[in-house]
Amino acid sequence: MSERISLLATERAEEWLLKPGVYFMQGNIASAEAALIAGCRFFAGYPITPSNEIAEHMSRRLPQVGGYFIQFEDEIASVNAIIGAAYGGVKSMTATSGPGFSLMQEAIGLAAMIEAPIVIVDVQRAGPSTGIPTLVGQGDIMQAKWGSHGDYEVVAYLPNSVQEMFDLTIEAFNTAWEYRVPVIVLADQSVGQMIERLRVPPLDEIKIVERKAPTVPPEEYLPFDSRYLVPPMAVAGEGYRFHVTSLLHTDKGYPTTSHEHSVKLITRLIRKIRENEKIIGRYEALALDDADLVVVAYGITSRSALRAVREARREGLKVGLFRPITAWPFPYWGLREAVDRGAKILVVEINMGQMVRVVREYYSNLVEIHFMPWAPGAVPRPHDILLKIKEVYGGE
Amino acid sequence: MPIRGRRPLNLSRFLKPVGRPAVNINVCKGCGFCIEFCPVGVLEFSDGVNVWGYQYPVVRRGMEYSCVNCGMCERVCPELAIEVVEEPSIPYEVRWVE
Amino acid sequence: MSSGLRLGLRTESIKSLLRLERFPHIWCPGCGIGTVVKCFAEAVLKSDIPVEKHVVVSGIGCTSRAPGYLKLDGFHVIHGRATPFAVGLKTVRQDLEVTVIAGDGDILAIGGNHFIHAIRRNDDINVILVNNFIYGMTGGQYGPTTTKGSVTTTSPYGYIEGSFNVPYLAAALGANFVARWTPLHTKELTAAMLEMFKVDGFAIIEVVSPCLIYGEMNNLPPLEVMKLFRDRTVIDHEADLSKIDIDLRNPGKPIVLGNFVKRSRPSYQTLVRELIKKARGR
Repeated sequence: MSERISLLATERAEEWLLKPGVYFMQGNIASAEAALIAGCRFFAGYPITPSNEIAEHMSRRLPQVGGYFIQFEDEIASVNAIIGAAYGGVKSMTATSGPGFSLMQEAIGLAAMIEAPIVIVDVQRAGPSTGIPTLVGQGDIMQAKWGSHGDYEVVAYLPNSVQEMFDLTIEAFNTAWEYRVPVIVLADQSVGQMIERLRVPPLDEIKIVERKAPTVPPEEYLPFDSRYLVPPMAVAGEGYRFHVTSLLHTDKGYPTTSHEHSVKLITRLIRKIRENEKIIGRYEALALDDADLVVVAYGITSRSALRAVREARREGLKVGLFRPITAWPFPYWGLREAVDRGAKILVVEINMGQMVRVVREYYSNLVEIHFMPWAPGAVPRPHDILLKIKEVYGGE
Repeated sequence: MPIRGRRPLNLSRFLKPVGRPAVNINVCKGCGFCIEFCPVGVLEFSDGVNVWGYQYPVVRRGMEYSCVNCGMCERVCPELAIEVVEEPSIPYEVRWVE
Repeated sequence: MSSGLRLGLRTESIKSLLRLERFPHIWCPGCGIGTVVKCFAEAVLKSDIPVEKHVVVSGIGCTSRAPGYLKLDGFHVIHGRATPFAVGLKTVRQDLEVTVIAGDGDILAIGGNHFIHAIRRNDDINVILVNNFIYGMTGGQYGPTTTKGSVTTTSPYGYIEGSFNVPYLAAALGANFVARWTPLHTKELTAAMLEMFKVDGFAIIEVVSPCLIYGEMNNLPPLEVMKLFRDRTVIDHEADLSKIDIDLRNPGKPIVLGNFVKRSRPSYQTLVRELIKKARGR
């Protein structure tokens, strides 16, 4: 719609985007630049350590590409505003940390229910409550999936490097707009604030997914057409005159209390992601083929675990590393082969037990699942993980 | 509207607008606004009730030509239950009621 | 109200803007929201803005059910959050005319923070706040506009808190357009809505409405309240806003209506467009 685009003033936006090349960049900034490349033209946020760099960078860069930045009165306003922007057809995001993420939960349920594509970057910090604002935590894994009430699915990514902060933010937008689902980039303070090498590929090598618009005239359009797993999405102001409600609704979007519709809609919202979990879910597996012990770690912990696993191998222990790149859907199938061989599992995370519960859910009846909790506020050192590996490995 | 006291000398040159309130009986919820705010007092509650159990507005007997098509009932109704249909205007002389 | 504008509100003309298949609507006998919806439909049709560019956003509550009966792009979101949703939508789509239709509890209680900041920023949105002094949808609990002494389901001994004077609050915060009308004053209400669409900046119309639920507990049946709107209202556009709070049960206190405030502070959306031009070095 040329009129709408002109109000965004996005002509010549490409001139303002990050040029292809190699940079030495902070993780948070990389995520912000990736969002701009993915087409994000609206950021709403509220200051919270350690995600402030994203908001500050967006406040400077969005006007340059013709987008809008608003620092709202709180996180609740921010997340609701980006849902509104999504229904205006504009890619939008917010960035926060644990306490702000908790405030956003009701709206995440809204985004899931009305199938609004949004991206939330949660730069996790030590919790609970105010915790340690400036230090790392990984305590939002469960909240990302279960934080809101009712049944819904979200997608959550676990970057472990500045490069992944960049790549996974772009992928987050693609997933959100392809599946009409809220997507969370579950970064942590270490990955968000570290400064590392970043490679930005040429723009034509980057896959960008756009909204699937309706193909039928307005009279025939059903905003939540259950004949599709992911219904085409109309946006406001284009003549579709559709109704969206956070109440349980029919395909036409009208409120209903009928159980038949509850079955239809809720099942579809779940199936939308679960039936595509093997496409959406991602993981990285290292030295799994002959491993007797698989270390499961993500985010900054996986960097430490990688060193520990290499050390263990040098000492002759057959240890592998399984690194989930999506927390949700959890890529359980990546562990299957090792589990079938009877490998033990050791989950290491900077919390008192979150992802380990998911692993147990799938495999506790088949293999021993060990757990190394780590109180938030620091990264377990490779040495700490190696000691635990030896303890678990030796216990055969 | 009854004209008290003064009566324009050329009243015969004017026609009184006439309307006919048309009630969508089973949409009415019996709030009574139309009855209260009709400037002429043309409406009253029915004796019977509609399918939901609400009394609905009916035109008072003898006031079939008194409605002046002002549309107030239609405007103030929260339900879309009453509309006024325009009828042919009539001379004041015939239906001027004191 | 311009004399050239015929505001007849013939129902036939607004039917094209209503989702008739969903009528009769859910509101109680005597509720004013149905009339507000009709006036809004008329205003939309008579505005210079194409119908498809009008968007309505609402939160949760009786009034917030209104978008479900209007044949416009409508978003019935979560309690109290219609305002930020509308701000996000309007900022990225300034070609749209965005109106929030919600109740006193939704906008002023849970949505209170968003309300004051949207006015502070002077976001270019319209708000139709239907004030029935109660939380109707949930059965009749008190809210931030309930009058002292009222009996509600959560104030069985009488309400002891103070209540907001909505036009005073909105004007003090800096809204560009503030008005108050009732469902009886359909012509003035529709005219105010038309004015509201033309305002660049935050515009709010408080519609004081009868409520069957509130009325049952406080001896104020809707028909009696409508009669109050006829007999005990005063139209004073220059009123001293600090004195126009409402107490339906006090026979000595008139209900003051009018188009109180008309300012032209630049809207946030206008300012941000200028900011973008500056950032891009034009």
